[in-house]
Amino acid sequence: MEFFKIRRTIPFMRYALVFNIISVITFLLAVFFLATRGLNFSVEFTGGTLIEVSYQQSADVDRVRQTLERAGYKAEVQNFGSSRDVLIRMHAEQGASSADVSQKVLGVLKKDNHAVELRRVEFVGPQVGEELAEYGALALLVTAVGIVLYLWMRFEWRFGLSAIVANLHDVVIILGCFAFFQWEFSLPVLAAVLAVLGYSVNESVVVFDRVREMFRKLRKASVPEVIDTAITGTISRTIITHGSTQVMVTTMLIFGGPALHYFALALTIGILFGIYSSVLVASPLVMWLGVNRAQFVRPPKKTGRDEHDGAVV
Amino acid sequence: MNRFPVWVYALVGLCVLAGALFTSPNFYGESPAVQVSSIRASTRVDAALLARIEAALKTADIRPTGAVLDESGIRLRFPDIDTQLKAKDAISQEVAPDPATAGYVVAPNLLSASPSWMRSVYARPMYLGLDLRGGVHFLLQVDLQAALTKRLDALSGALRAQLRDKGIRHGGIVREGQVLNLRFREAGARDAARSALAPELEDLEIQEAQDGADFLLRARLKPEAEKRLQESAVKQNIVTLANRVNELGVAEPVIQQQGLDRIVVQLPGVQDVTRAKEILGRTATLEVRLVDMEAMASGSTLNVDVFPERQRDGKVTQVPTRKQVVITGDHFTGAQATFDQDGRPAVAVELDQTGGRVMRQVTREQLKKLMAIVLFEKGRGEAISVATIQGEFGSRFQITGLFSPEETTTLALLIRAGSLAAPMDIVEERIVGPSLGRDNIEKGFNATRWGFLAIVVFMSVYYSLFGVISSVALGINLLFLIALLSLLQATLTLPGIAAIALTLGMAIDANVLINERIREELRGGATPQAAIAAGYERAWGTILDSNITTLIAGLALLIFGTGPVRGFAVVHCLGILTSIFSSVVVSRAIVNLVYGHRRKVQRLMIGDTAWK
Repeated sequence: MEFFKIRRTIPFMRYALVFNIISVITFLLAVFFLATRGLNFSVEFTGGTLIEVSYQQSADVDRVRQTLERAGYKAEVQNFGSSRDVLIRMHAEQGASSADVSQKVLGVLKKDNHAVELRRVEFVGPQVGEELAEYGALALLVTAVGIVLYLWMRFEWRFGLSAIVANLHDVVIILGCFAFFQWEFSLPVLAAVLAVLGYSVNESVVVFDRVREMFRKLRKASVPEVIDTAITGTISRTIITHGSTQVMVTTMLIFGGPALHYFALALTIGILFGIYSSVLVASPLVMWLGVNRAQFVRPPKKTGRDEHDGAVV
Repeated sequence: MNRFPVWVYALVGLCVLAGALFTSPNFYGESPAVQVSSIRASTRVDAALLARIEAALKTADIRPTGAVLDESGIRLRFPDIDTQLKAKDAISQEVAPDPATAGYVVAPNLLSASPSWMRSVYARPMYLGLDLRGGVHFLLQVDLQAALTKRLDALSGALRAQLRDKGIRHGGIVREGQVLNLRFREAGARDAARSALAPELEDLEIQEAQDGADFLLRARLKPEAEKRLQESAVKQNIVTLANRVNELGVAEPVIQQQGLDRIVVQLPGVQDVTRAKEILGRTATLEVRLVDMEAMASGSTLNVDVFPERQRDGKVTQVPTRKQVVITGDHFTGAQATFDQDGRPAVAVELDQTGGRVMRQVTREQLKKLMAIVLFEKGRGEAISVATIQGEFGSRFQITGLFSPEETTTLALLIRAGSLAAPMDIVEERIVGPSLGRDNIEKGFNATRWGFLAIVVFMSVYYSLFGVISSVALGINLLFLIALLSLLQATLTLPGIAAIALTLGMAIDANVLINERIREELRGGATPQAAIAAGYERAWGTILDSNITTLIAGLALLIFGTGPVRGFAVVHCLGILTSIFSSVVVSRAIVNLVYGHRRKVQRLMIGDTAWK
């Protein structure tokens, strides 16, 4: 069985400008939504209290909200996963400065309906929240710098730079989606974003490996032709690999329950955009940054690799 | 060309066997158990205690299915939860009839039901995080500034006593922020004080100053003394917390320092969260102070601390006390709920030697004066007992106040569990109910199972025999990963399970790379054997590159991540390492076994490649 029987080289680079315009537009939209709507940070980042409770029968969300309001708590109340589970979210500024809040809230709810069961509580002090956000940003930075340095060492600075630009633009688009739909941005989502960053750089690596090989093999071809051949040669692997990963992520989305929902969602967006950006955004970038054959062929000692080394579909 | 030397096959076989061995404890489930461990250094858990427990169980007609004695204590297994609970009661009766004074903790626990030979080779099931097994997690922030203030207050008391002993007249010792001001009328007195106090002042930086007609010594803690003090404050708080947790009877508590001034407390399987929080979250410290009689009479609040006191009729009166502390909670060595001679609930307390000496001196000097016992909780002090000093007393005395018997029990527990060197606040809290933990495990593993099956089906159809081999390698990768997690006893969380699924999804990438390359070589006219060799060799560089970039992200998460994210990062990083080995070495070994030893291979079963 074989899905992709591509006999001719597809002229991807002819549409390079189109791809990059699409990228710029989605990127700007993402930035726009991030700026206007902002991320819906979970209490882990903002500080606050999150309480998940479970009722025997379908829970009356409005009633829970009113009960809490009467007791003087301002809280977001919503169903979580099933109609019997309720999530109560209180941000730090609304009097949730003390860790006792969860106990008191549960007491209030127990008085109203005895059959309520505590499933989960998360309380994060505002200071810890700030630190988590700080560490998250730091992790993103270290990952980006680490990847650029590695690709610089292994290939050339143009590749490192293009790969990281293409993939950071994925990250911004994921964040933009979370801002647009106001999905909750939590710690697992941050982990997913970073995992996507590391993962979709793979894709660029595979294409770049092929580009380098083709520069050595196709001595007469122009730069766009070389890149086209490289992308065409790797497209089958790209789609199958991402397909396999996406299968895993989809089962997580279906069976993983609400706790993994946004994690899997972030991965899904990341994988879909990862295919597009690491292949169709990174490659034109490399081209415009002025990659050429001389960088790989002339001083063969400098790259330290022979033609048979490393280049693969 | 596609043959490995025998030792490579042997190595792969050995790894798979070891993987199977270390993975297997996860399939045995858990059996109910009772754990007995010692709270105090003076009480020992040994074979004699085990014999006592076994005898007690025999008289209660309970038969344990196994018993283990090791450094962490005695663990006895029971066939079911009913027997476990009965056994726990019987054992408590025997070794800890009164939990207040007992030297042992008797706690219900769950133990892996794997055979004992597996445990002896350190094959244990994975260590489940709180989000999977249920329990409580607290992050406590230690207020180090308060520890410094407290130390300065204690120092000022000591200095005052020294000056009095040496007969040096002074105009008062006052703490302003983190500075102690010693006031003298004459320069001579100041110099005398300075040389007399030299040994006491070792930890202090002294500056001389002039304030109007007065001569001052300004003292602040040296930076190294501050640092030492802060370190010991965090350590003492950890010890105190450990004592409090022991009172709760939790089987495997975790109490660790995190960073400079934070403490993590994890109590797996704790059901009664309210009680746990009450005991732990009470950042109570106790101080004994003298009531300032003059201020009491005049109502002045100058140079005194004022604490509220709850009266019998429910009214609250204000009690002014001197700023200096007679003794702090660290000097209490024991406390027990009791009743005084009038039958009112009281707490009988015991002090250590230093505390006893100070107490004797103070009570002798301040006879018929009022003494207050102040309980500090979350920065607020409350005078829980104000009583006239009726006679000189030393290291044993009773605190009477407006207590109910329940309150005396709690107060005794708090005192006994040790006081905190510095107040703490809960800055992070996670509680996971047991039902959610079970749901999380089930959902996580369902997602992994179905995803894995889907990939296996797809690979086998798409790449035929090579797909089957890739799937076997992926299965072995999963085996290695779980074995490694079990062996390292890394904490598995729900994001960790998600990382297992994600790693499997990413790991197949290596095999796709290899299989595609082999197909390409075949299309290019290579012989089957040459295609296999070239496919694996050329794929290696790319596999390495792509895994290293993923690993960089994983390591960044490991370094900067906390809590659930770290759980994800650990599994992710380990998974990348196992997947490199299994997709390259293990799958190659299988391919070599299948094809490498045949004289003639007509075609490879790698799906349709004949279109070009």
